[in-house]
Amino acid sequence: MQTQSCINGSSGIDDTMVHIDMTYHSRILLILTATWGLLTASGCGSRTEQTAEVVFWALGAEGERVARMVPEFERRHPEISVRVQMIPWNAAHEKLLTAFAGQSLPDMCQLGNTWIPEFTVLNAIENLTPWVARSMTIRDSSYFPGIWDTNKMDSLLFGIPWYVDTRVLFYRSDLCAKAGYTRAPESWDEWFDLSAKLKREFPEDYAVFFSTNNEWVGPVIMGIQKHSTLLKDQNTAGNFSGPEFTEAMRAFKTFFRNGWAPVKTQQIVNVYQAFGEGFFSMYISGPWNIGEFSRRLPKELQGSWMTAPLPGPEGGIGLSLAGGSSLVMFSSSKHKEAVWKFIEYLSEPAQQLELYHLTGDLPARVEAWTDSSLADNKHAAAFFVQLNHVVATPKIPEWEQIAQKVREYAELISMDQYTVEEGVTALDRAINVILEKRRWLVYGQ
Amino acid sequence: MGSKRAAYLFLAPALLAIGVFFVVPVLAAFAMSFTDFDIYSLGNFTYARFIGLRNYSQLLNDPLFWKALKNTLYFLLVGGPLSIFVSLGAALLVQSKLVRFKGLFRTAYFAPVVTTLVAVAVVWRFVYHPRFGMLNYALSVLGINAVDWLGDAHWAMPAIIVMAVWKNFGYNMIIFIAGLQNIPDELYEAAAIDGAGRLQQFRSITLPMLAPTTLFISIITMIGYFQLFAEPYVMTQGGPLNSTLSIVLLMYQQGFRWWNMGYSAAVAFVLFAFILAGSVLQSRIQGRVGAQ
Repeated sequence: MQTQSCINGSSGIDDTMVHIDMTYHSRILLILTATWGLLTASGCGSRTEQTAEVVFWALGAEGERVARMVPEFERRHPEISVRVQMIPWNAAHEKLLTAFAGQSLPDMCQLGNTWIPEFTVLNAIENLTPWVARSMTIRDSSYFPGIWDTNKMDSLLFGIPWYVDTRVLFYRSDLCAKAGYTRAPESWDEWFDLSAKLKREFPEDYAVFFSTNNEWVGPVIMGIQKHSTLLKDQNTAGNFSGPEFTEAMRAFKTFFRNGWAPVKTQQIVNVYQAFGEGFFSMYISGPWNIGEFSRRLPKELQGSWMTAPLPGPEGGIGLSLAGGSSLVMFSSSKHKEAVWKFIEYLSEPAQQLELYHLTGDLPARVEAWTDSSLADNKHAAAFFVQLNHVVATPKIPEWEQIAQKVREYAELISMDQYTVEEGVTALDRAINVILEKRRWLVYGQ
Repeated sequence: MGSKRAAYLFLAPALLAIGVFFVVPVLAAFAMSFTDFDIYSLGNFTYARFIGLRNYSQLLNDPLFWKALKNTLYFLLVGGPLSIFVSLGAALLVQSKLVRFKGLFRTAYFAPVVTTLVAVAVVWRFVYHPRFGMLNYALSVLGINAVDWLGDAHWAMPAIIVMAVWKNFGYNMIIFIAGLQNIPDELYEAAAIDGAGRLQQFRSITLPMLAPTTLFISIITMIGYFQLFAEPYVMTQGGPLNSTLSIVLLMYQQGFRWWNMGYSAAVAFVLFAFILAGSVLQSRIQGRVGAQ
């Protein structure tokens, strides 16, 4: 199969040949154009005719490193070549939407699983249900159910989990031990109790750090742990003023009211430094911080931090967020068979482990977790437990925008600008404005 | 007639480029500001509704918009004059006959203008650091308690203003220097012979002669400062408590983060109206002052 640039290249020569009366400059231009045309044309000639080129947009750190996994795939499938393009995370969303509008999407992409609803609404990504039905290697039983579910819209599957992400409790085991806890708290009551004791033990410092100025995960996690649906009426209205979320917010506010969590979060410019100094002892965060804490905390502290599943409101393991990235195939792709082969390849347990070694991303395939490099990692164990207790956030394109509103109002509540009741009511009002379009789409005028 | 046609023919390429890349997008954005074009509409154009002035009325009822407008005006009214005074002061100092190494100072003061903002922001974040920052250290020597510059809703905007003035005054300084060099020396000599002091010379010669330069600078500064974006985008993301959210940052968030293109276009045209009104007002005032 010829690529498009080759067709352009060869026609470029014909066009320039027509010019007669040439000046010196245009003659040079002609030579350059002709050379370029020949170069690209010969480039095409050397390629085998039936090669399918799969263009894969990978984001951030994965984008930098996944290219190392390509040669093995190309060795196994000489008829397919894979081109990896790296897109920085903070530009990815914008770039994908622009590419969709300009009809220049790649064949496949790594997509944050909360973005899947949006691209499904756009009809941009392929329904993978029939592909999985035919597949010999990918089946749902190999994946964490909560994570698999984030890729489904109305019982159809649109993405294959590539790596997973959830939030657990990172804590300073040495400081918590001084406050009387030799293990992580296992219920909200214990969590509060430990916080109070830590504050008493270290009055200058804080027990917990919620990054209220740029993260929405704290209040949302506490809400889903209290079994709030977050939205209601087919996700067309906010349910934050409902009793479940209101109660969660009250618990959230307890941390700030008692001085267990810092209200002014900007003073923590460097989380690692602050955690190392014991400025706070507990922090809800994701798998990337296993690597970061191992790298950035001083050596003598390496035995003094641990991870644990989140405590639940009534004890036991609390729910957390089902995050991560999925592999999706764009509907516009012309090499869907080749794309699927590459997705199957990346989903093999061995390749999942390889990705873990390259980037530290936690594998989506459960089989990969039995490997000693993961099974023996004491900080990863909590994630494996937690990943069996995750739920998806509401699967609508507006979710990210709603989550930002939650953050905004949680910050206002933490700073005492609103009471909890006022805050959640105002939050629902703001969210219902965002969801106006969706109400119109679901219910008509 | 023939020459007129030829003139238009010569203008055609430029006009065409302006038409395609400027007039058409602006008109399209204006039309878009009357629709609810969003992520759903991108997938299916029939999901875009013509909603008349609803984006505008929603904008006027959006507390976030008023907050952004207030912040932008705060930045403009405090930062603008401050920036002009600092530029003028720096220009006078650098131009002074007593100063040696003029080229060095001019370059040093201009350096922040050409430095990328991201690099500058990283350094300033350390300067403003509440526990280890240089600024708080200096204040502690004077016996003043530490201030959480970027984390405190009251201090974040002043902190952004100081950084923005520091970053931008060099540009206006260069223009002021050009203005100062255009004032003939004879005027000062004549004034000196008549017995005018330094201050009198400054008030009666330098300032009036700089009036056109000042008008230019104040309009350019106003337009630039109205479009405050990069500083809060890099330093605070509009926080804490939206105290550094500017109108352009709001527009960016609505348009490119949430893809609410209709609403975002409405923000853009409201901003345009403000800048237009500001420019007209300023040139009127200065015109009247100049006429007296």
